[in-house]
Amino acid sequence: MLNLYGVELLSRLLLGTAQYPSPAILCEAITAANASVITVSLRRATASTNAGADFWTLIKSLGLYILPNTAGCHSAKEAVTTARMARDVFGTNWIKLEVIGNHDTLQPDVFALVEAAQILCADGFDVFPYTTDDLIVGERLLDAGCKVLMPWCAPIGSAQGPQNIHALRSYRGHFPDVSLIIDAGIGRPSHATQIMELGFDGVLLNTAVAGANDPVGMAVAFAKAVEAGHQGFLSGMLEPRDFAVPSTPIIGKAVFS
Amino acid sequence: MELTINGDLCEAQALTLADLLLERGYTAQCYATAVNGDLVHAIDRSSCLLVAEDKIEILMPMQGG
Repeated sequence: MLNLYGVELLSRLLLGTAQYPSPAILCEAITAANASVITVSLRRATASTNAGADFWTLIKSLGLYILPNTAGCHSAKEAVTTARMARDVFGTNWIKLEVIGNHDTLQPDVFALVEAAQILCADGFDVFPYTTDDLIVGERLLDAGCKVLMPWCAPIGSAQGPQNIHALRSYRGHFPDVSLIIDAGIGRPSHATQIMELGFDGVLLNTAVAGANDPVGMAVAFAKAVEAGHQGFLSGMLEPRDFAVPSTPIIGKAVFS
Repeated sequence: MELTINGDLCEAQALTLADLLLERGYTAQCYATAVNGDLVHAIDRSSCLLVAEDKIEILMPMQGG
């Protein structure tokens, strides 16, 4: 089972809750995927609408683990305050820590990320840092107190899939005992399978499901893809060979000439 | 006094953060609040005195990825 900060989880697929066509489809997709963890955010409230309360009631009714994020924060200070506000509302120490460094790529500002992680870990948070595949940044995040790392495989929402397989393989090899979740950049189920076959512990995605023509069907596809990749990794896959190797035994073959 | 609430300049009569939420119609039970960049817990809003030009953020749960 997937272990995140001491919590054992059946599903290795973590799902975002944004951009679904309707709340009903959101719930149906999450349920169909058997997701155990869903991500949420905080945004400015307006007094004239109850949307936030309605959404929170809906999410609570699902009975899943809630992972609030600090999406859109561009400094350590912003991210730390947002994380503390999220804990006040959602009642969890879990925080998906995002500190964005660039508007176009949504690439994390890894320096501010480490700074914020140090503050939040010391403040009792269980930090899930959205980071790059840089090994040294990963080490600094572990030094700060993170027990989970969440490198991207491509820019958020890009649907490009793994852009640097060698870096991801190195990442897995460099952090053999750390829970590693790929967060961001996945577009199709085969991307998730590819990542899980590398030995990653889970996948967090949103747009690939919410933006599909049939989000519920895509949620099911991703759940199967993640499980297939994980089972393949556990079962020991063949390495590619340079030459053909016959699968049918040669011994006993009839000779007709 | 003049306050900034969620980025908008406003004229308010309330002296505490709890009263400000009521005055502005924020009646749901799921808000997170900050004053001048620092979290104010729900239980501390009644004792959180406001002064002119304070910057207040009132956030609510929202969909997120």
